[in-house]
Amino acid sequence: MTNVNDDRFVVFDRVQKSYDGRNLVVKDLNLEIAKGEFLTMLGPSGSGKTTCLMMLAGFETATHGDILLDGQPINNIPPYKRGIGMVFQNYALFPHMTVAENLAFPLEVRRMGKSDRESKVARALDMVQMDEFANRRPAQLSGGQQQRIALARALVFEPELVLMDEPLGALDKQLREHMQYEIKHLHDRLGVTVVYVTHDQSEALTMSDRVAVFDDGRIQQLASPEELYERPENSFVAQFIGENNRLMGTVDRLDGGSSLVTLDSGEQSSALAVNCGEAGARTLLSIRPERVRIGDQASENVTKAKVLELIYLGDHIRCRMQVHGDDQFIAKIPNSPESQRVHIGQELNIGWAAKDCRALDVG
Amino acid sequence: MNESDANAIPLAADGRPLEQSLQRALRRQKLRALMLIAPLLAFVMLTFIAPIADMLYRSVDNRIVSETLPRTVAALSSWDEAQAELPDRDVFDALYFDLFFAAEYKIHTRLGSRLNYQQTGVSSLFRKTGRRVDRFDTDEITEQFIALNPQWENPEFWVSLSRDKQFAQQLPTTASVWQDWLKLLAHDEKSVAEEQPEDLLYYALYLDLSQIEAGQQSPGFDWWAGTTAAVKNFTPVDMVAQFEKTDEDWLSMDVWGVLKRFSPTVTEGYFLNALDMQKTAEGIQSQPESLQIYKILFVRTMVMSLVIMGSCILLAYPVAYLLSNLPMRKANLILILVLLPFWTSLLVRTSAWKVLLQQQGVINDLLVWIGLVDDANRLVMMNNQFGTIIAMTHILLPFMILPMYSVMRTIPPSYVRAAKSLGATNWTAFWRVYFPQSVPGIGAGSILVFIMSIGYYITPAIVGGTQGIFISNRIAYHISSSLNWGLASALGAILLILVLVLYWLYDKYVGIDNLKLG
Ligand SMILES: Nc1ncnc2c1ncn2[C@@H]1O[C@H](COP(=O)(O)OP(=O)(O)O)[C@@H](O)[C@H]1O
Ligand SMILES: [Mg+2]
Repeated sequence: MTNVNDDRFVVFDRVQKSYDGRNLVVKDLNLEIAKGEFLTMLGPSGSGKTTCLMMLAGFETATHGDILLDGQPINNIPPYKRGIGMVFQNYALFPHMTVAENLAFPLEVRRMGKSDRESKVARALDMVQMDEFANRRPAQLSGGQQQRIALARALVFEPELVLMDEPLGALDKQLREHMQYEIKHLHDRLGVTVVYVTHDQSEALTMSDRVAVFDDGRIQQLASPEELYERPENSFVAQFIGENNRLMGTVDRLDGGSSLVTLDSGEQSSALAVNCGEAGARTLLSIRPERVRIGDQASENVTKAKVLELIYLGDHIRCRMQVHGDDQFIAKIPNSPESQRVHIGQELNIGWAAKDCRALDVG
Repeated sequence: MNESDANAIPLAADGRPLEQSLQRALRRQKLRALMLIAPLLAFVMLTFIAPIADMLYRSVDNRIVSETLPRTVAALSSWDEAQAELPDRDVFDALYFDLFFAAEYKIHTRLGSRLNYQQTGVSSLFRKTGRRVDRFDTDEITEQFIALNPQWENPEFWVSLSRDKQFAQQLPTTASVWQDWLKLLAHDEKSVAEEQPEDLLYYALYLDLSQIEAGQQSPGFDWWAGTTAAVKNFTPVDMVAQFEKTDEDWLSMDVWGVLKRFSPTVTEGYFLNALDMQKTAEGIQSQPESLQIYKILFVRTMVMSLVIMGSCILLAYPVAYLLSNLPMRKANLILILVLLPFWTSLLVRTSAWKVLLQQQGVINDLLVWIGLVDDANRLVMMNNQFGTIIAMTHILLPFMILPMYSVMRTIPPSYVRAAKSLGATNWTAFWRVYFPQSVPGIGAGSILVFIMSIGYYITPAIVGGTQGIFISNRIAYHISSSLNWGLASALGAILLILVLVLYWLYDKYVGIDNLKLG
């Protein structure tokens, strides 16, 4: 059953939000989410992610602009009629109800019959592998178990859209990674649309179809995880997602998609002109540490480097060196038989391909 | 470390068993804790536990009868009220001695008032008899003794007689009266040797001697044989008639029945009275309808406290809800307004209600002025239950708001949001999710308000009139006006028991650990 609205299942159309009438917490948000998509809002704390989610859920109203759900403007629909499942950061499991009662709640308020209700609750519990805990109170469950129940409760009434606000924030690292896969698998299996909020970039990259990187009330970049990592469009995204080396310089020459940049050390480097302005403008070069080539592998943009520190990490060696006067320059040397061995204090040549070096705004 | 048996007792570093050292360490901690709370503990014991214990004891304490009339109580022990016959003459004799001393000490009126609680008229009977008891006709006996032998007039003779080893054995009644006589003189700081013996001593002697059989062995007094013989021919004094002459009530079965029933040192009488019952000759019975007040008062106190609690809940819930949803700063401001009434005295606030509610008061004036109420038919809002309920609801409201607020403050807004996102309407989200979590606050506030209002006293007294007073007003009346402390204690004890029962019920059905007072 395809529908013209399937690509535009959720639409934020020039949405603004201010709590106090002075500061805009959300500035001109435009976002389209397709049906069945897993979209993550990623950004530092305070960047307005929760606010966006709350507007979508109906607990805050947009100061300006429209939000459409399945083609309908939802500004005037009360939350309980939106049919949006939601997982809260603190889970918000009702403490005075058992797990089964918590799950039955959305079905009860929809006046579903008892037998239907029970079978759905059982199925939902089975889905998150929590069948044995039906009669426990939330307080008797561990954090991870509560998380699963919250998930099951948001899904049990089969909403088409599920919102999750940092649902894994309170879990320890191992459990968090495990739950990431579980949520991802559930999404794949159920085909439900998910809007997921997190400030953890690895979480965003692992789970999402697309990621909207938020900063300062704006979407800085909206793209697939691969795209975000490989081709960040501005210095904020480049810095927020993954690690990068930053070299300051001035644009010398623009030549189609590529540019020549004079670094502050006086040497020159060629780079992809992504977001760097006219010739003569200041720019920031971003190079991923794993794209830095060492020794005889270096062929483009070769320069001198001095090894300052080595950290052995098993699969690779993290090498801090001084490059172009910057002594925080990192290169990741894969731990493979072909890789060159380096030692502290060694001076060697390094380089990077022009396509791996992105000239971005100064930020 | 040495290899050691797994079952061996674990030892501390100094070689003692570990458990012992742990307990020693803990004991020191406990001792320190105890010392820290010792002043408070002593204070609470002194000002709270001890008065309550005293009150509980007073509600059953009845030592006054047997202490004031020891001989009478002893003599009555063989008397059976059910026989419907007056007690024997020896009971009247005993009462004569007892009353004489009681009147000397002026404690007979106290006993009279005590027994008057059970039987009206006893108080005046005792007062009257106490006035006359030293003028009974027992002086005739005295004269006959003196006529027989003038030495009887001499106090010294009595003293030497009382020193004789045979005295107590041969003349038991005289000896016991003599003992009390000595005590009385000591109390009045008079000398035995100079004080003329009272008639009752002669009367006691007469009673003793007239019991002596003719052939009985003489104790060795030189006057013994002659006097015992002569006593047989004395003109007797009819003690029953003496009492009857004082007051005919002494021939009433009721008076003796009360004396008999209330002679034990512990009585359930006060409790029975507090429940509108009484101990009669036929056992425990209800008071006549017209005299029943306490049960009605207890029920009214309970019902009105419930109504006050209910109206407090209704008024406080929205306020607490509003407060808990405001930003902290505004909430604190409003909280100060809620607490503002505490800054004025209770008496002032209640009197303010009087100004508002009375028939020529502010509210009535306003209603008349608006034209809602006719000047001739001003509303009666005071000196009835309405007045009590309104004023007490106002006064106790903060005690409901505060615990509710402190509970609601801790309910995160995400619960209601979650409920709404799951499809619940505003009302369902409130009723199924928010409300159950605020119940501990309601419970705490309700217990607080109910228990406070059950014992409230000033406000009902001022605005309650006769229809709006509580049981505590009656308790206050018995403590300060009627001075029937036993009944006041019994009423208080019943109130205490009621509160404990309610507390127990609450714990059973709601759970006391659900209670949050802040
Ligand atoms: N209810 C509110 N009232 C006023 N300001 C708020 C409220 N909620 C959030 N803010 C402000 O809006 C900004 C964005 O908040 P939020 O959407 O929670 O960010 P994020 O979820 O990305 O951390 C923050 O500066 C925060 O202080
Ligand atoms: Mg947030």
